[in-house]
Amino acid sequence: MSSTTEATTKNSWYKRNEIAATPWLFLIPGVAMFLLYVIFPIFQSINVSFYEWDGLGEAEWVGLGNYEELYWDDAFYVSLRNNLIWLVLYLLAIPAGLFIALFLNQTVTGIRLYKSLFFFPFVISQVVVGLVFTWFYDPTFGLLNQFLGVFGIDPINVLGDERYVTYGIIAAGIWPQTAYCMILYLTGLNAVDPEQIEAARLDGAKGWKMLWHIIVPQLKPATFIAFVVTIIGALRSFDLISIMTNGGPFGESRVLSFYMFEVALSEYGFRMGYGASIAVVLFLIMLCFITYFLWSMYKDEKGGR
Amino acid sequence: MFPTPIEKSSRSWQLTYQALLPVALVLWLLPLLAVAVFSIKPDADFTTGNYWGLPTSIEFATNYGKVFFASDMPRYLLNSVMITVPTVIGCVVLSSMTGFALGVYKFRSNLWIFFMFVAGNFVPFQILMVPVRDLTLDMGLYNTKAGLVFFHIAFQTGFCTLFMRNFIKALPFDLIEVARVEGVAEWRIFWYVVLPLMKPALAAMAVLIFTFIWNDFFWAIVLTQGAESQPVTAGITSFNAQYRAAYHLMSAGSIVAALPPVAMFFLMQKHFIAGLTLGAVK
Repeated sequence: MSSTTEATTKNSWYKRNEIAATPWLFLIPGVAMFLLYVIFPIFQSINVSFYEWDGLGEAEWVGLGNYEELYWDDAFYVSLRNNLIWLVLYLLAIPAGLFIALFLNQTVTGIRLYKSLFFFPFVISQVVVGLVFTWFYDPTFGLLNQFLGVFGIDPINVLGDERYVTYGIIAAGIWPQTAYCMILYLTGLNAVDPEQIEAARLDGAKGWKMLWHIIVPQLKPATFIAFVVTIIGALRSFDLISIMTNGGPFGESRVLSFYMFEVALSEYGFRMGYGASIAVVLFLIMLCFITYFLWSMYKDEKGGR
Repeated sequence: MFPTPIEKSSRSWQLTYQALLPVALVLWLLPLLAVAVFSIKPDADFTTGNYWGLPTSIEFATNYGKVFFASDMPRYLLNSVMITVPTVIGCVVLSSMTGFALGVYKFRSNLWIFFMFVAGNFVPFQILMVPVRDLTLDMGLYNTKAGLVFFHIAFQTGFCTLFMRNFIKALPFDLIEVARVEGVAEWRIFWYVVLPLMKPALAAMAVLIFTFIWNDFFWAIVLTQGAESQPVTAGITSFNAQYRAAYHLMSAGSIVAALPPVAMFFLMQKHFIAGLTLGAVK
């Protein structure tokens, strides 16, 4: 068979199967990258979590040993507890974002600039947010203590006190997250049906009643996205803790994501297997939310084209 | 519109609202304003304890000059650019292809592949950390910008595919049908019909990814070390160690590090918000 005929048969095969083959040709590079860097590593991590491994030498199979050790590890429970605190308190960003969005949802001169300036905290890196809040909390010169001093309250070392540290870091994290939720709600408010509001007004609804019964139900898509991004943000919290306290004091501000990093990649020793088992626990927690998210997307899709 | 439009309310409330806006803004941005003021203060103000007062002299040029000419900051900034720009391009290329495939064609595993991208995108970084670090080491890309770029492209492709696929799915399908009837090849449909229509989505995605990657800290410290290849987020922490109590330099450095995404946001605001709020309005 000459090369020209080979080319034509090849070409005609492609021509005949064009619609079936094209999507795969378009998918291959993206799917390959994603499998290599995201999907396979998940399973590799699960596998690593059954070994005792320093990252360099021979890995030693320990079965569920790492998980058993986790069960007795106090630091693990501190991290888990802090993760729950993060999850619960981080959700405050949603009502806070709604509140600011309602406050800014007016048409006065310059409001567009105000809206974008309010969004500022989300655009800058968490590393910078962390540094700024560290200074804000500083026990000797921090703005917070200067402010408390006005009311005659003794200085509080927020980041050095195991009772306050987690809350102090969460407050720093809620700041940009609120800005994010605010933008979601501002966009959502744009799409609220004015006729329904008018109708409700004629029926005598206003204030809270109007908000709760007419506005909030229409903001459901925005609330859903805000919920998803806030949960993920809370479970991914790492940057702020690393910058602000490095897990301290006495590991009291650790969360699972930070503890995992500490175990696997810091001077505490390179315990890859143990770290992986912490990551698997975190992954399982996240999996609940991912499943819920995919499930609700699936319901949406069934209605579509 | 909710709440009641301000024009319809009493004159006094209108004035109160106008006055409240700047007050609220200043309170909201107080931490950032403080850093901005820090960054133009002379060193002496901090040693004499004048932290929150007005600067005794304005040392804008001195402080920022030091950041740019007497520190590793320019190098970190350059690294960030060299990591962020290729990542954005890579994500745009890969995800417009995957988005096209998943948004236009019907095949059995379509939804499953789509869900794989979506789910992978929400995975906590920590479960990827050990294997991705090993993979990067094995490929000889540990502590290189390329190592970071490859990972970022792969990971962000998950989010971008979600974005592009939904966008393409919302396009009028007739356009593609008509082109097919005309006998236009499928890849030409992608290039000449769909791609031009994707421009707003591509812009939205590009600014978002730019911000995400510029601000990334976790992978920067997992996959790189040292000024050779680290981006500015990691750089600022070693800057912190170097100038521990030099708050004026730290502030100037932080502002320089934060500026590119902020500038991007202001330049591309419409697109940026369109990207963030994807799906929040129906």
